[in-house]
Amino acid sequence: MADLRAVLEKLSNEFGVSGRERAVRALVKNEIEGLVDRLTVDALGNLITYKAGDGPEPRLRVMLSAHMDEVGFMITKVEKNGLLRFAGVGGPDQRTLLGKRVVIGDERLPGIIGAPPPHLLSRDQLNRIVPIEEMAIDIGATGDKEAGGKVKVGDYATFATRFSVLSDDPAFPTVRGKAFDDRVGCTVLIGLLAEHYPVDIVGLFSVQEEVGLRGARVAAYRTEPDAAIALEGNTCDDTPRLPDEETSPVTRVGDGPAITIMDRSFFTHPGMLRLFRETAAAEGIPIQYRAPGFGGTDTGAIHLSRAGVPSIQAGIPCRYIHGPASILNMNDLTNTVRLAGAALRRINRGYLTREN
Amino acid sequence: MDKVEIGRMLRRLTQADGLSGAEERVGAVVQEVVRPYAAEVRVTPLGSVIAYEPGTGGHESGGSEAGAPAETAAGRAAPGRLMLAAHMDEIGLIVTRVEGSFLHVGRVGGADPRSLLAQEVTVYATGPGADKYPDGLPGYIGSRPPHVLSEQERSKVVPLDALRVDLGSPALGASVRVGDRIAVCGDYTELLGGRVASKALDDRAGVAAMLGALGYLAGMQHSWDVYAVATIQEEVGEMGAATAAFGVAPDIAVAIDVTFGDTPGLDDTETVEMDKGPVIGWGPNMHPGMVKKLREVADDIELAYVSEPVPGHSGTDAWAIQVSREGVPTALVGIAVRYMHSATEMAVLADVDRTARLLAAFISRLDGEFLAHLPEEV
Repeated sequence: MADLRAVLEKLSNEFGVSGRERAVRALVKNEIEGLVDRLTVDALGNLITYKAGDGPEPRLRVMLSAHMDEVGFMITKVEKNGLLRFAGVGGPDQRTLLGKRVVIGDERLPGIIGAPPPHLLSRDQLNRIVPIEEMAIDIGATGDKEAGGKVKVGDYATFATRFSVLSDDPAFPTVRGKAFDDRVGCTVLIGLLAEHYPVDIVGLFSVQEEVGLRGARVAAYRTEPDAAIALEGNTCDDTPRLPDEETSPVTRVGDGPAITIMDRSFFTHPGMLRLFRETAAAEGIPIQYRAPGFGGTDTGAIHLSRAGVPSIQAGIPCRYIHGPASILNMNDLTNTVRLAGAALRRINRGYLTREN
Repeated sequence: MDKVEIGRMLRRLTQADGLSGAEERVGAVVQEVVRPYAAEVRVTPLGSVIAYEPGTGGHESGGSEAGAPAETAAGRAAPGRLMLAAHMDEIGLIVTRVEGSFLHVGRVGGADPRSLLAQEVTVYATGPGADKYPDGLPGYIGSRPPHVLSEQERSKVVPLDALRVDLGSPALGASVRVGDRIAVCGDYTELLGGRVASKALDDRAGVAAMLGALGYLAGMQHSWDVYAVATIQEEVGEMGAATAAFGVAPDIAVAIDVTFGDTPGLDDTETVEMDKGPVIGWGPNMHPGMVKKLREVADDIELAYVSEPVPGHSGTDAWAIQVSREGVPTALVGIAVRYMHSATEMAVLADVDRTARLLAAFISRLDGEFLAHLPEEV
């Protein structure tokens, strides 16, 4: 699956802040050419793909979803001195922004988020988190005229981070890049669409997950799936800490696909949970459980569509999400492809009841 | 030499890593870049790089206690010996403990923990198997996801001792030793208006100006001998400048370092305007006669400059050079840099070029009379 790393690299480096996912969508379209029966782009920008199953009719229709959008910024003001004020789009971590590079707008204009020199700051200032409202992007312009020729209020911006390989060791192959939440899910979905399944597949590359699960909601309504599997870059907090610190790592890099049982947006359907447990055991794929209570994903919108959709979320642990870069283990990615693929071959109506 | 060439040098110089005390990589780049413009290049015992370019006055008997070359172009004694100094070391981190994939770190120089969070770095590993990674290991200073933090945790700056460099694999951690150096990554990015952003503009901008001055000087006459020194360990106390000044034993010296460029939100009495030319320092660290001459030369070549009051310790190589041996008349020429000590330091390339041109003009105008008149100016 070495080519999935190349796919992840391309997707990670591409620009796609919530509301401006077009470049990522174009890239995905290119990657899945020939893998699906048909595709459509809806009113919000979701890329919805269809792939008929080869099992006997009537076939289940299973939605696989991953979101294309990433957290980023929007320019809110061009100052007289040429600096750009900005707001977060979808919750970038403001602690991580000082001294980082960004690209702005469809032209990808380079800029930096300046950090005043520590030499000239008081102790209080040095110990204070600078709120995002007080930061500015510097593009080198010395006045609003010069800046205004290149940037407009409303332009989107994102981190300028480039993908890189940290470890080539097959036992622990790790990579670093921006927007793994959720370009890693998009990569898994592309990997899954390369195969054939007995069930009908709706492959959803959604928009606007980071600003409230907006895309998945309308796409689930449109496609009426019988069940749904969301593929996500999951929160991971597994940096070593003192043993008496009562914090959960949520997930651990390298421990396999993370199965959600509950988060802030949904409870996993018990039948779908049984499907994934049985599949993992049968295939010998290691899985881990994502600690309950953190974050919310597209599943939160999909499982409430129409009369309700049995749903589950399989995630790839990503350290440091919502900052300029994340780190993930490629084995977690490929095991998620294997697990979800095997589940799609195993799923039947029995798993969609709430019995047993 | 021109601004474009200086930009090329600056890109190469900034993208080489060279933490204080481990300047070999950037030192090699300095040697390569300066070679076309110097008669001789040598390295001091502590690692400073000295480029020597004789004046048309030449040396009567060659080297002295300064260890200058024995034979030079002409037979006459040069009227004087000038030392230029710009430091090539940069701030960064050092490994204090290895914990699987994760490195605990300490500071080398004055890095700012606020901008270190979520920073890409290069770890120069020296432990078992590290020879597989001659260009260092990529690492990342992770930030715990905001999703799991309490409101209180989210509003606190992560202190240096809680920062961890993540190598991505415990197997990689095994090749790292305590004491290994960690350089901050920061591409050379061209912005609007001829401005550039990079790590280590402090003080590679100064090094580029100094080497650029030698380049300009190649097309000019100068009677003085010039020793251009890319110094080591400035960020931890001007160690390289102190030892190099002893070795060169200059009659006069000019240090070239960055100073705080105007930054929105900061008190403008503590910063200087950017894009207004070289910054000529004034204060106890600078010899009045040297400052006067630099200003005269700038006026003479119609080059705008900025005067910066420096009421005490300049925090530059000039501080150490001034008190070398029996004392050296010293000046400080600065380049305004915004966002200092971050991975996105910013400068105006034209300021670097203007500084190079001022230095070259200054050197070419030094004559046999200059030294004799200096005492009158103190």
